[in-house]
Amino acid sequence: MTLQEQGAQRSGWAEAILPPAANPLVAVARFIDKTLVVAELEARKLRHDPTELITRAVQPALWMLVFGQVFTRVRAIPTGNLRYIDFMAPGILAQSVLFIAIFYGIAIIWERDLGIVHKMLVSPTPRAALVLGKALSASVRAISQATIIYVLALLLGVRANWHPLALVGVLAAVILGACFFSTLSLIIACIVKTRERFMGIGQVLTMPLFFASNAIYPISIMPGWLQAISRINPLTYEVDALRSLMLAGGTNTYGLGWDFGILLAATAILVVIGGIVYPNVAR
Amino acid sequence: MPIIDMKSLTRRFGALTAVDSLTIAVEAGEVFGLLGPNGAGKTTTIKMLTTLLPPTSGSASVAGFDIVRQATSVRRAIGYVPQMLSADGALTGYENLLIFAKLYDLPRSERVARVQEALAFMGLSDAGNTLVRQYSGGMIRRLEIAASMLHRPAVLFLDEPTIGLDPLARMAVWQHIEQLRHDYGTTILLTTHFMEEADSLCGRVAIMHLGKVAAIGSPAELKATLGGNGVTLDDVFVHYAGSTLDSGGSYRDTSRTRRTAQRLG
Repeated sequence: MTLQEQGAQRSGWAEAILPPAANPLVAVARFIDKTLVVAELEARKLRHDPTELITRAVQPALWMLVFGQVFTRVRAIPTGNLRYIDFMAPGILAQSVLFIAIFYGIAIIWERDLGIVHKMLVSPTPRAALVLGKALSASVRAISQATIIYVLALLLGVRANWHPLALVGVLAAVILGACFFSTLSLIIACIVKTRERFMGIGQVLTMPLFFASNAIYPISIMPGWLQAISRINPLTYEVDALRSLMLAGGTNTYGLGWDFGILLAATAILVVIGGIVYPNVAR
Repeated sequence: MPIIDMKSLTRRFGALTAVDSLTIAVEAGEVFGLLGPNGAGKTTTIKMLTTLLPPTSGSASVAGFDIVRQATSVRRAIGYVPQMLSADGALTGYENLLIFAKLYDLPRSERVARVQEALAFMGLSDAGNTLVRQYSGGMIRRLEIAASMLHRPAVLFLDEPTIGLDPLARMAVWQHIEQLRHDYGTTILLTTHFMEEADSLCGRVAIMHLGKVAAIGSPAELKATLGGNGVTLDDVFVHYAGSTLDSGGSYRDTSRTRRTAQRLG
């Protein structure tokens, strides 16, 4: 075997990478940096091949067009002074975020089979940053989904609130919702580890999460036991936040502070758990 | 002090002892081969040394750091190419490397230059902006090795680096591994089933059997233990590990190996 003789002197080994962060502020900045790098990976993939974003938008579109149109005429559901189509638009937005995020764990299983997870875990990246980065990756998809639903809602005559702060609020609720449900999904994927079992559990979870919430009807018309479940379902708080932020004259049941507080706290807890179980995927 | 120092390293999965009290020392600058049939414990050993799997008992240090207590320091000092094809097909070669340059804390000002350098080193400069799913198997392997050397690791772990490659691609990968050791003095620990590969690349090899070391030494020394002329490393392998045709390698291992081979083919 002949070796090429390298003319140029190769740079030395020392100082090849930045030293570990000594200052806690630097450590936090690096944590955020790494989190964003993991999300950047997803954004780059979507830029190369955005078709998935379009196909994933079909289902929420059908809900709005078929279910929404019919139930707006029936007037069977008491929605206060909102028209039904206005009432359900934020619910469908939250639903599409839920559906995209809850199956996000399948990507982890896919990456496990490819060895990508192993390479990530061998890099000096905090586990929680990997998990939060994955959660933000799901948000990247959710945001593009939200854009499509907004356009659709406008075409259907939903009266949206265009105040910049309201739009920022919608964005925040979409990101938080996607982070929560995708991290839940990641945790399940880390435990079950195979595609078949994961899909089974994903299917079992989505429908109850969706129907035991205020997404397409108010909680007040539910029987007592279902109301209790809905109140511990984070989707309810996401929808509640969206309903007050997305619509002109939108209403809010629990208060925005409470909505965002619950979503933030629930997501933070899951990210910590996710950081603990994530290394299991590579074992 | 050895750069990889395993002391009674053991890993059990339930009743199965995958790695049984392994004590091996690898010196800096060596290319060391772990050989053995499927299920001998090679991959499990690599997973423990790369901090992916905690040992059940025993200990090991890599680049002077304990693999359990100083896992983050170990991670900063090593590169790893898993057996599976781990480059992301939906990204370009350049993007694959850029992501890892960022995850490995390469100084911002040097990232692009070092990514270009790694691509050039592995002979991939022209393919840098092509999506990896259009690469050949040999190119993907070279890209993965490029990704693992960006941060100039002291130790590189290669798990079956040439599995599923055709002979020409295999030769190219060997040449790059040898070049890496030559130019950077990187210590390389690799696993392989190919005796030819071990013979041409490794200074020393350990033949593993059922989680234990059956023989250790340079390929020439091992051949000498069997005496006589014309002894090949294959003969050595069969002598030390060949007693159980139906032993290791679960359905899952086999399915993964075949899948890797299929993706490369």
